[in-house]
Amino acid sequence: MTVAIASGKGGTGKTTVAVSLALSQTVPLLFLDGDVEEPNAALFLRPRILGSRPVEVRVPEVDAARCTACGACSRACRFHAIVSLKSKPLVFPELCHSCGGCVLACPSAAIRESLRAIGIIERGVSGSIRFAHGRLNVGEAMAVPVIHALREDDTQVGLTIVDAPPGTSCPVVAAIRGSDMVLLVTEPTPFGLNDLMIAVGTVRKLGLPLGVVINRSDSGNDSVRAYCGREGIPVLLEIPEDRRIAEAYSRGIPAIEARPELRTRFGLLHRRLTELAAPEARELGVGAAS
Amino acid sequence: MNVREMVVVSGKGGTGKTSLVGSFAVLTQSAVLADCDVDAADLHLLLSPAVQRRVEFRSGHTAAIATGRCTGCGRCLELCRFGAIRASVPSRETASAPQKPGFSVDPVACEGCGVCVDHCAAGAIDFPERLSGEWFVSETRCGPLVHARLGIAAENSGKLVSTVRRQARDLAQAGHRALILVDGPPGIGCPVIASITGATSVLAVTEPTISGEHDLLRVLELCRHFDIEAAVCVNKWDLNPEASARIEEAARVAGALLVGRIPYDPTVTRAQIQARAVVEIGGPAAAATRKVWDAWLAVAS
Repeated sequence: MTVAIASGKGGTGKTTVAVSLALSQTVPLLFLDGDVEEPNAALFLRPRILGSRPVEVRVPEVDAARCTACGACSRACRFHAIVSLKSKPLVFPELCHSCGGCVLACPSAAIRESLRAIGIIERGVSGSIRFAHGRLNVGEAMAVPVIHALREDDTQVGLTIVDAPPGTSCPVVAAIRGSDMVLLVTEPTPFGLNDLMIAVGTVRKLGLPLGVVINRSDSGNDSVRAYCGREGIPVLLEIPEDRRIAEAYSRGIPAIEARPELRTRFGLLHRRLTELAAPEARELGVGAAS
Repeated sequence: MNVREMVVVSGKGGTGKTSLVGSFAVLTQSAVLADCDVDAADLHLLLSPAVQRRVEFRSGHTAAIATGRCTGCGRCLELCRFGAIRASVPSRETASAPQKPGFSVDPVACEGCGVCVDHCAAGAIDFPERLSGEWFVSETRCGPLVHARLGIAAENSGKLVSTVRRQARDLAQAGHRALILVDGPPGIGCPVIASITGATSVLAVTEPTISGEHDLLRVLELCRHFDIEAAVCVNKWDLNPEASARIEEAARVAGALLVGRIPYDPTVTRAQIQARAVVEIGGPAAAATRKVWDAWLAVAS
């Protein structure tokens, strides 16, 4: 089973929940940190890194000897990444989506593709947990190819946990697609509710079952709980605000180590997730009200 | 007129960007406000905006296969690099009406590159423009606010961010306001880059945690990459004073200017629930926020 942990709002506790869920399990487990812009899970899981590989994307390279400056490449490109002037076309690699359209469009076979590194995937182990994360190079705009490269490591081993980035758009979609279950971590505040509603929209558009974890559950108001109730979204875990958890978090110590009594609750969470991800549950529409 | 653009980012999510921008907006009263966290915009929740203009954001295209014209050759599936073409197995075959394989586009996966459109021999693929969201110009008690909502699971958030900033700049010129105050997104990717390029000054709000420090250093590196001056303030500093001091030192070494610290204060959530900025309620965080604003204003040149 693959569980993705997302949120909408940043800072609600995705990594906290993902890491504690991972540490509470005894099944073979793969942890993927998909927040490739700001990967933090390694700060808590402290994996021994065993290997790494660059994430490379294809960008066009024009052979000036063959180019006739016909402009076909420029017309084919929907991203203004290759611009044809009177002489050899100019390439803007940071705008390129690596679609290959310019290569196909060139009547003179003057364009080939070269590789450009935009990030890195690192693989390792933390105790019995297999770990991998992606890191986007600072200055690069596109997180999605790094997230796709990370999820290629997605070999089914009992349980895969994907720690998604904050937000609701394409990086989050790339991180959560194809998972069996999405857990949205929120906080009981107006910002938390607002962003949760957007995140729910994203998850539903992908047709995935979902559940909610309310973190710092006693710190705001009741509107998140009320919203989940109205929408038929199961609240699978509530974690009260706890200075000990916050302090441990600030030092890179997982919640489940700061408060060992949480272990049982995360074990229960895993059971609930398995139930909700099951095909029978999906057919009944449990947890995925439309 | 020389318009200053001051942008608040964080690297890490949840450090308090929007809460701070809400307070800064109240304190200055003379800025054009821009919410560039278009994925998950929250600033409007503090400012009770009255929407004056609402504009559709159309960006990019999505391929759509017209099944009537499709010959089932499968060239689109061969060429698509984004896994956006699905082959559908025919549901029934009868002697009189054998079904050819059909193909369809997954609109969420579709990158809008147009390769399938251009190379379909039967011209069977349409390529309509994508409605990717909308943006708004609103009136608030602190001045005009430009904000947006990106469509669900949409792409092109960077373009929408750029649109919001352009509108804010137009409003500033038209309204003779010399300051644009931007609530930025978390992370370091395309929406953040679109929020900070060309800004006068960036304030990175961080928290005294190992994650906060890690993420701050990446966003500061991003600012250096684009040659933009950065200021730093530590929010909720008293949750870990030792970590706060360490982060401030790391920020200084990274070339950022320190503009103050804000204590943890439950008033922040209380204010948010009341749809108010913290400085409109009062308390320790409010007092510290005023000082941070004054300090940032002084260094943003």
